[in-house]
Amino acid sequence: MDRVYLDHAATTPLDPEVAELMARVLREVSGNPSSIYAEGRAARAVVDRARDEVAAAIGAEPREIVFTSGGTEADNLALRGALKATRAERDHLVTTAIEHHAVLDTARDLEASANVRLTVLPVGPDGRVTAGAVDEAIDARTALVSVMHGNNEIGTLQPIAEIGAVCRARGVPFHSDAVQTVGALPLDVRTIPVDLVSVNAHKFYGPKGVGALYVRTGTKVATMQTGGGQEKGRRPGTENVVGIVGLGAALRIAAARRERESASQSELRDRLIAGIEARIPDALLTGHRSVRLPNNVSFCFRGTQGEALIVALDLAGFAASSGSACTSGSTEPSHVLLALGLERDLAQGSLRLTIGRGTTAAQVDALLQALPPIVARLRAVSAVSA
Amino acid sequence: MSDDYSPAAIDHFTAPRNVGTLQLADGTGADANPSCGDRTTITVRLVGDRIAEARFRTFGCTAAIAAASVLTELVTGATLEVAGRIEPHDLLRALGGLPPRKEACALMAVGALRSALIDARVGASGRSSRSASS
Repeated sequence: MDRVYLDHAATTPLDPEVAELMARVLREVSGNPSSIYAEGRAARAVVDRARDEVAAAIGAEPREIVFTSGGTEADNLALRGALKATRAERDHLVTTAIEHHAVLDTARDLEASANVRLTVLPVGPDGRVTAGAVDEAIDARTALVSVMHGNNEIGTLQPIAEIGAVCRARGVPFHSDAVQTVGALPLDVRTIPVDLVSVNAHKFYGPKGVGALYVRTGTKVATMQTGGGQEKGRRPGTENVVGIVGLGAALRIAAARRERESASQSELRDRLIAGIEARIPDALLTGHRSVRLPNNVSFCFRGTQGEALIVALDLAGFAASSGSACTSGSTEPSHVLLALGLERDLAQGSLRLTIGRGTTAAQVDALLQALPPIVARLRAVSAVSA
Repeated sequence: MSDDYSPAAIDHFTAPRNVGTLQLADGTGADANPSCGDRTTITVRLVGDRIAEARFRTFGCTAAIAAASVLTELVTGATLEVAGRIEPHDLLRALGGLPPRKEACALMAVGALRSALIDARVGASGRSSRSASS
């Protein structure tokens, strides 16, 4: 059997239509979008078109889209930019314990180096934050609330409409890292009171190294870098033209296919969850059972260690990931799993399977055949009883 | 990622040798890697001054399992003196190396063995002193 890729939360393969378009732009569009002659105007035109596509997908105005190098930069620009813009009057940042490192580590850096007061909200056992907790955390000097839409490890979705409404009522800008959801779930800024939204192209079959930050008109964001004034001065630097084109096209395509794909992916997700629970004793589903990303399956298997699970699955032909494990040189268990209240040993045995466009029922069934003996073998070896 | 592991390490990981806990062990030892929470337990049974049997259990990553598995092979049949001189680099050599950030896993296996050997020696002296006094 061919390799089975079940790590779409890490990255997705480039859509062939997007690849075609990018190749054409690489070959044919050579100008600098800031130049006013024909070659520059041609480059400007493809960037503008991509901006229209991104805006249309989330119900924004094109001028509210700032292109970045990816989700991490979008998160940094949102947090650092918002705090810097209001520094004189406001110095308080509210976020949650299960944010992506791009938000959490940025928040901690602001606390350590920019005298920002930081409130990190705990989450419930299913990974949810409540709008009420956000409301209680906000004070007169709160500059920004940042709560992710869908969690990259456990898939739990946050009630961002309610949280946004609280922020709106309290007059505090609201940022959401929607890197895992834009393209997969509807997120319309005309109906959800969110002021800053981070987007990342390679999570919806676009290229790596390009993303965007939605900045609602009127929301103050100071620039992090200085230069030639591109992106209305919010992100100076000559545009990544071909990447931006890929981002726009990928999001246009993802938005068009979203409803059908999310429905079929959530069916496969539920088939995986039910299959694992039926075949593997003492398998703990992490995250909310139903209020979760349509493609996310995450479990902890007591007695196993994540890296060993990933290597064993890799050898069996499956690409998966673990929130914990010293896979990337990190030796701490996932901060997300610990924030759910899991003990360290249990958090070590985490496995994340994320479905994508190309995932089939046959692949899901193959995983369900391969995984139980792997977990059983690791438990048999384990010094920790299951 | 599996490409980082040698064929020998993968073999010991997928088909670990001497898994378990000896019920009538002469020595039991354990070690842990505090930075990642991995742990290994080793039990040995002696015949004279030789290790007749060794078993291991490891809660940990691929490297931790492979290192403990290969260690049990190396010590089976070895004298206590030879077993006591085994160093992490001996395990690395037997495994054809481990990824650099995983070399501490070999240290954990050796740590568990050494504590098992100390336990065996203490037990042996306890037994001999009991027999001497009786």
